[in-house]
Amino acid sequence: MSTTTKYALELKDLRKSFGKTEIIRGTSLVVEPGERVAIIGPNGAGKSTLFNLISGRFGATSGEILLNGQRIDGLAPYEISRMGLARSFQVSNLFNRLSVFENLRCAVLWSMGYKYAFWKFLAGAKDANERAEEVMHMIKLDRRRDALAMNLTYAEQRALEIGITIAGGANVVLLDEPTAGMSRSETARFVNLIREITVGKTLLTVEHDMGVVFGLADKIAVLVYGEVIAYDTPEKVRANERVKEAYLGSVLADQQAAEAGH
Amino acid sequence: MSKTPSRYGALGARDLIIWVMAAVVMLVAPMVFTSSLSVTMLSQMGIAIVACLAYNMLLGQGGMLSFGHAVYSGLGSFVAIHALMAMGNGTFPLPVSLLPLVGGLAGLGFAVLLGFVTTKKAGTTFSMITLGIGELVFAMSLMVPEFFGGEAGVSANRVVGKPVAGISYGPQIQVYYLLAIYTIVCTALMYAFTRTPLGRMLNAVRDNPERVEFTGYNTQRVRYLSFIISGFFAGIAGGMYALNFEIATAEVVGAARSGAYLLFTFLGGATFFFGPIIGAILMILAFVLLSEFTKAWLLYLGMVFLLMVMFAPGGIASLIMMNLRVYKFGKLRGLMGHYAVLLVTSLAAFFGASAMIEMLYHLQLNQALGPVMPFMGVDLNAQTVGSWLAAAALAVVGSAAMLWAVRRFTNRWGEVQSEIEAMIRAKEAAR
Repeated sequence: MSTTTKYALELKDLRKSFGKTEIIRGTSLVVEPGERVAIIGPNGAGKSTLFNLISGRFGATSGEILLNGQRIDGLAPYEISRMGLARSFQVSNLFNRLSVFENLRCAVLWSMGYKYAFWKFLAGAKDANERAEEVMHMIKLDRRRDALAMNLTYAEQRALEIGITIAGGANVVLLDEPTAGMSRSETARFVNLIREITVGKTLLTVEHDMGVVFGLADKIAVLVYGEVIAYDTPEKVRANERVKEAYLGSVLADQQAAEAGH
Repeated sequence: MSKTPSRYGALGARDLIIWVMAAVVMLVAPMVFTSSLSVTMLSQMGIAIVACLAYNMLLGQGGMLSFGHAVYSGLGSFVAIHALMAMGNGTFPLPVSLLPLVGGLAGLGFAVLLGFVTTKKAGTTFSMITLGIGELVFAMSLMVPEFFGGEAGVSANRVVGKPVAGISYGPQIQVYYLLAIYTIVCTALMYAFTRTPLGRMLNAVRDNPERVEFTGYNTQRVRYLSFIISGFFAGIAGGMYALNFEIATAEVVGAARSGAYLLFTFLGGATFFFGPIIGAILMILAFVLLSEFTKAWLLYLGMVFLLMVMFAPGGIASLIMMNLRVYKFGKLRGLMGHYAVLLVTSLAAFFGASAMIEMLYHLQLNQALGPVMPFMGVDLNAQTVGSWLAAAALAVVGSAAMLWAVRRFTNRWGEVQSEIEAMIRAKEAAR
């Protein structure tokens, strides 16, 4: 793929309105290949909306989105997916009546070039089957191979959610609150898992847990009322006065208080 | 665990045995049931099996609730009957054996055309469009008598030219065997479809179309292609119908037939591949036998459908599979007593209710025959209070007992399921 810029993902003055309410108000952001970026911000700041715009779930009102230098705004989710961008969902979004293995196999078929084939058997799709097995092993669900997605535990469903996201081998991965609703020990385990399976990929993640954010991210983007008010390394963001004022100060104080209380 | 091909869904020896058994059953069936009614019914069952399996590609595998699939089987019938006429007068030189394929191609063609509109949307919108197209085509059938033959329909003769190797398709038994071949080949092909990339993605689209879009697939394309394939097999069923009945009338594209596909596919069980086969067999039994047996047959059918929707939404196939699972874990024997109680109480409720229904029908329709009617070996006088009271009492007591039995059974069933879950978890942990 020919790239005119070196950025994996670039947002240029992105805007999104729902009716008269502008949710994303001129967001610009550049992410370099292989970078891990955490997007933080108070509730309602537009973090999930931003993900929905990038992945094509919603159309942007104005502005540009570039994936590896190519415009993707206005494209359908499946077209964006084919160009190498994958996303996970805040609420697990699985194929409920299919087994763990089938969920993963469905997630790899397109990227392996099987398209809409009805003249080939899945059993003979060696590369797709092996890739599905490999991902299943990575997310440690081997033992639940034949369980239906709807019968998995919450943590298992979260793991499968991530598995489906990365199975197709996309270079740019968006994870929407991957650790939401998990216990502290599960979260720690899960952060390790995410780090393992996204090696070499460009990662954008929405997170509320500051421990996860500072542990995982190379850079942090702070989104407040649809605007990026800071975008830098964790240390610099932590020191940023405006961020402290708008968001981080209170969150950090809360967390420190909570930890001191234990 | 070794990585055997069957791990990925390849067919094994066990599958082969099932298919060979199915073929043998179809071969032997007309030798066991030799009456001409039986052979007629067996032929119709083959047609219905192909139609319901094609329908279930949409309903069970794709989550598309179509109210108008008779359009594709019916138009297949019409095109096939015209082709058969042309074969008869020598303008279309094709062996009669291939007639169902003509229907199939017609079904495919119309699915390409109409399916493009239909599959643009999923869910309720899809259902509504299929309903609209169904009505449209049915209305057309009365407006274009040149093609649809008006009230009388279009008829043709399936005996064309000299017999080849003694086969003229004059005798019904010869037609049966041809239809049986089509049935098993189509069934095998539709089963094969469920194991292809498109077939599996169709399941994914059923479960979660939104997520499918984020894996690179265009859900609309998945639905459209599957719809076309389903239309092809529905058309084959229509061609088989034309060959079997040698006539096509407007009702083959009608809403009643579309409704029958839906109802019996659901009854048989849309969640398993073989469910619609059971449904199709029931369809013919109901249409041919039950309708002879009682005038109230549609009422009974409606009641059964209602009960199924409420208590066993997976249809008969899921009832079979759930009990098979219980059997595999050695828990079925403990449920047998419950089943016996369920059977006795529900039979009591059923006989009570149906006695009243039959008496009502008797009073309305058969008054000339006098008030006495035979019912399950007893003579009931539909005009005496005693008969009504006895029937009502049986119905009420039976229903109450049945409800009690259902509750008792449901509790026990739940316990058995948790025991099985525990056994599975123990096995997984041991792995």
